[in-house]
This record gives sequence, C-alpha cells and structure tokens, in this order.
Amino acid sequence: MEASFLVDMTKCIGCRGCQIACKQWNGNKTDKTKMGPKFTNPVKLNAKTYTNIDFFESVNGDKLTYDFARNGCFHCKKPACVSACPVSALVKTKEGSVIYRAERCIGCRYCMLGCPFNIPKFEWGTVFPKIQKCTFCHDRLLENKIPACAKTCPSGTIHFADGIENNLKEARRRLSENPGKYFNHIYGEKEVGGTSVLLLSSVPLDQIGYQKVGDAVIPDLTWKYIGGIPAVIGMVLAAGIGSWVITRRNKNMDKEDNS
Amino acid sequence: MKPTNNQIKLFTPATIGLLLVIIFGAYTVLMRFKMGDIHTNMQDDFPWGIWIGFNVLGGVAMAGGGFVTASAVYLLNMKKYKPIARPAILTAFIGYLLAASSIMIDIGHPLRVWHPVVMWQIQSVMFIVAIHVLLYTTVLALESSPMFLEKLKLDGLKTIVEKIMVGIALFGTLLSVLHQSSLGAVYLIVPYKLHTLWYSSILPFSFLVSAVMMGLCMVSFLMILSSRFFKCSLNMDILTGLARGALVTAAFYLLVKTYILLSGPGLSAAFAGSMESRMYLLEMSVGVLIPLFLLLLPGIRNSLAGILLVDILVICGVIINRLNVSIFGMLRQAEEMGVQYSPNGNEIIISLFMVAVGALLYKLAVKYFNVLSYEDV
Repeated sequence: MEASFLVDMTKCIGCRGCQIACKQWNGNKTDKTKMGPKFTNPVKLNAKTYTNIDFFESVNGDKLTYDFARNGCFHCKKPACVSACPVSALVKTKEGSVIYRAERCIGCRYCMLGCPFNIPKFEWGTVFPKIQKCTFCHDRLLENKIPACAKTCPSGTIHFADGIENNLKEARRRLSENPGKYFNHIYGEKEVGGTSVLLLSSVPLDQIGYQKVGDAVIPDLTWKYIGGIPAVIGMVLAAGIGSWVITRRNKNMDKEDNS
Repeated sequence: MKPTNNQIKLFTPATIGLLLVIIFGAYTVLMRFKMGDIHTNMQDDFPWGIWIGFNVLGGVAMAGGGFVTASAVYLLNMKKYKPIARPAILTAFIGYLLAASSIMIDIGHPLRVWHPVVMWQIQSVMFIVAIHVLLYTTVLALESSPMFLEKLKLDGLKTIVEKIMVGIALFGTLLSVLHQSSLGAVYLIVPYKLHTLWYSSILPFSFLVSAVMMGLCMVSFLMILSSRFFKCSLNMDILTGLARGALVTAAFYLLVKTYILLSGPGLSAAFAGSMESRMYLLEMSVGVLIPLFLLLLPGIRNSLAGILLVDILVICGVIINRLNVSIFGMLRQAEEMGVQYSPNGNEIIISLFMVAVGALLYKLAVKYFNVLSYEDV
C-alpha cells in the first residue's frame, strides 16, 4: 500500500472532526483553546496537535464566508526532514508515511529547520523531548485501515487512496469537470518534488496559509554538497601532499646550500 | 622576552570578570541539565537560536586559524610562523571543545550525542558535521598534545607525535576544509526560509573562505592581546604576514560574496532598506569592505594599531555573517509563521559563559604550559 490523501478544501465544513479523531487515535492530550481573531483552534500545530483546520473568514457583500485549510504533514516523496536527520530517526516508509523513531533521536532539531512546511514539532521544556508529527496513522496503514482523520471526515474532504497516481487522476477529474469551482492548481503534485498529500482549493493556496515552495527536491540541494566530498578529499590530499613534498625538497636544498 | 609563570598573575580584574560570568553561566547550565530544558525563546517555528548561530557557527569559524596555521607551518614549511603554531592550534582546540559543548547543551538528548557515529546517515549534512566535529577535535587534541606531553615529561610520546605531525596536520586540514564548508551546507536545506541575500548553492564555499579570513585575523588578534596581557614579545613580521594573508583572502571573499549577490537577488536587494538589507550591508562593510580598504594601505598593514583594528572588524564581520545566516536571514520566514525570535537571558548567559570559559582556559594554558614562548629548532 502507498497511502495518499486528496484533500479537497471546497468540501470542508470546518467541523474539526479530523482534529478530534487524530488526537484520540494518537492519544495526544488536549490543548488549551484560545479566543482569537480567527476560529482556528488550536491556533497552530504543536507537539500534541498533528493536524488542524485553519479558518479564513472573509466578507462577501453582506455575507460572511469561510475558506478552510487543513494543516498537517504532506509526507513528501523525498522528505527534507528524512534527509536532514543524522541518525535516521525519521524515515519514509514503503507505505508512504514519514515516521519518527524516538529511540534514535538526538534532539538536534535539524528536521524542523529543514521541513519547508514546518511540520516536525518539538516537546520543548521536557526532560527527554521527542519530535512529534503526523504519522499518516502508520499503525493503521499496517492493518489496512485508512488514517483516522480520513475515516472520520463526514464531508469527504479527506479522500484516501492507495497510490498517489490514483489521487492525482481524481484531482484532475475534479478540476476538469468543475470549471470555475477550483483554483486551477494541485498543491503537492510538483511542490518539493511531489508529496503524498494533494490539495485542492477554491482560492489561491498561499491565501489560505500554504507555503509558497518551488519544485526542487530539497534533499538534492544538500546532496550536491555531500556528493562532492570525495572530490574535495582528493583535491585537499593532492594539494597538501604536493606542497609538502615541494617545500621539503626546498628545505633539503637549503640545507645542502648551507653546508 | 619570555613570559614566565610569575609574570602572569592568576587573578586580575579581567579574570575575576570572567569568573563571575562563569559562575552565573555554570548555574544556568546545571539548571538546563537538571530540569531538562530551561526556558529559552527557541520555539517550533524557530528551532535554532544563538547557541547554534553564535557559539557553534561563530566558534568554529574563529577556530579556522588552527588549520590555516598548521598547514602553513607543517605542510608549506613556512618556518616564520612556527612561533604562532602552538597558540593558534590551542585556540582552535578550545574553540572546538566549546562548540561541541554548546551542541551538547543545545540538543534534546545530550546522552545520545554518540548516535551519529554508529547510525550513519550519509544523506544528512548534520551527520557530516557531527563526524567532523568529533574527528577534528581529536586531531586538534593530538596537534596540541606536545605542549602537554612535555609538561608531563612524556618525551617518548612527544617525539612520536612530532614525527607524525605532518600527517596529522594534513588530516586536520582536510577535516577543517570539510567541516567549515559543511556548516554552510547545513543551510542549503532552507531555500524557502533563508533570505536570498544569503541563500546560495555556494554557501559552503563562502563559509570556508570566510573562516580562513577570520582564522588569520583571530590568530593575529590573539597575538596582540597576548603581548598586552601576558607581556610577551610581539613579532611584527608575523603580524604583517598574517595581514597580507587576510588581504588576499578578503579580496577573494569579496568576489565570492559578489557572486552570491549578483547570481541571487541582485545588487538592488542589498539596498532595499529592509532589516535584512541593513544587516547585509553591516556585515559586508564591517567584515569585508572596510578591512579590505584598510589592508590596502601599507601604513595600516605595518602598524600594530591598524592591524588590531582590522582584526576586530573582520572577527565582528564574520560573526555578523554567521548570525545573519542563522538568525536574521530566517526571521522573515518566522514572522510569516507568526513568531519572533530574540535570545532570552538564559540563552545569552550560556553563550557568554562559553566565551568566558574559552578565554579562561586559554589564559590557564598560557600560564602553565609552554604556549607562547615556544621556540623550535
């Protein structure tokens, strides 16, 4: 199985059922909710909130309308966080999920820096802190169950499929059959080299809080450096040994001259 | 004139100041390990603060003088610089010990700091960095061991180390080149977070060149400070040589930075009037343009005060560069996520603690070991 979501924000009704299901399945504690300018609660993802629905309110004539955005891990095909981790605490599984193996983690937080979507979160202020992030309900995937948020979603916003290609086809179908309904872009098709979670929305995605990222595969950017290391080793050794041999010969010649 | 143990007083006002910082800092460090995590302003959308930006990036850049001097003396056989080999390598050793300690304080699981050694993940720049910190600190310990071995009267061991010194120095140079550049490579992973004034595919190279420039100035700065505090003689010939080296490196660094600017956001971005552009101009003028201009004047290059001024400018400039890459250049992205970062008291006191420990260790080494008055055949 290679898990994939097609998240169609035009279907979202803002019930936050996915948030609750996520907390229940993963045993994550509740957050203190806050009144704010937006209805979003918890306001941001954190170490005990893997997903949330972001509320964007706008006034349309005399009507109040909402656009929703779902936040959570995109489970990139080539994840920056996995490439960042020095101890393979984060891995991309063959089921498609990016999961965390706490017993390896040294707490360097390079995954948090590297993730273009700021998904990995840290248990700040604890004695043995862990990184926390959405697991795509990896334990459920192994039992051939779909992730808790998708299972709960009453409006069909979170559409689960086995294989990213299937969801891409479905997304393209929705875009072509409903002209004008959608902002014509499948977020996650090409972003950072493609992600397992695809998004559709009626408004431009950067208006509802999604990061503007390019198509470059982020691990390739650092690999360009790492892949060049053998050449650097060769050059430094050649230059070092070469200069040592030359200067040593000069030294010996000096000695001969002096004698 | 050789400094002797009598000439260096243990307690001077400066040392007492250092001790005060160390006492406050040690308490904060203890609390950090006892409570797991003291309160800092690092947070989910801004995971790295000044412990990484200042202590690790700045500290390692400062230690650049170690490999530059070691390769000049042992590989290029430039005898003139032999008297500064010991202080330069010792400084690098202390710098690396402190950078490694800062990492231990910063990471969430200090007891697992050895994990990268056994859990290889070669796709990770952090893995490359971790291995190099470990190996190069070992090399620096070996490179600076003769002064400790001679104090312990282990002459046999000392002879062995000195015999293989060329090999150690070569290995050290290789590790340094890779480590300095890999610290720049750490930031290749943030193309959408780091401001375009700094993000570039040649960031690793830029880190390496600036570390050489800063290393030369750091060694020169330390020699001048040592002559002032420890009353040892000053070899003007060496200082002028270092200044000439700094001039060449700074000119080259200017080319690198110009390439980054022109191939990236373009010249106008440097004058956009934003916080980032102001920090960029500050970094460039303090760390590159003014020093370069001053070094081009023979009057400055041959005067003690002139060299000291250039040293201070370059050291500050490169530290500003590291802070720009790790903090100021990342703030805009954090702001979009709705957070801000400035270090809190705990972070600042631990950063200062590291600097104070470094200065004190250097002083004690100079007092009890043969660091500055070392004259080899």
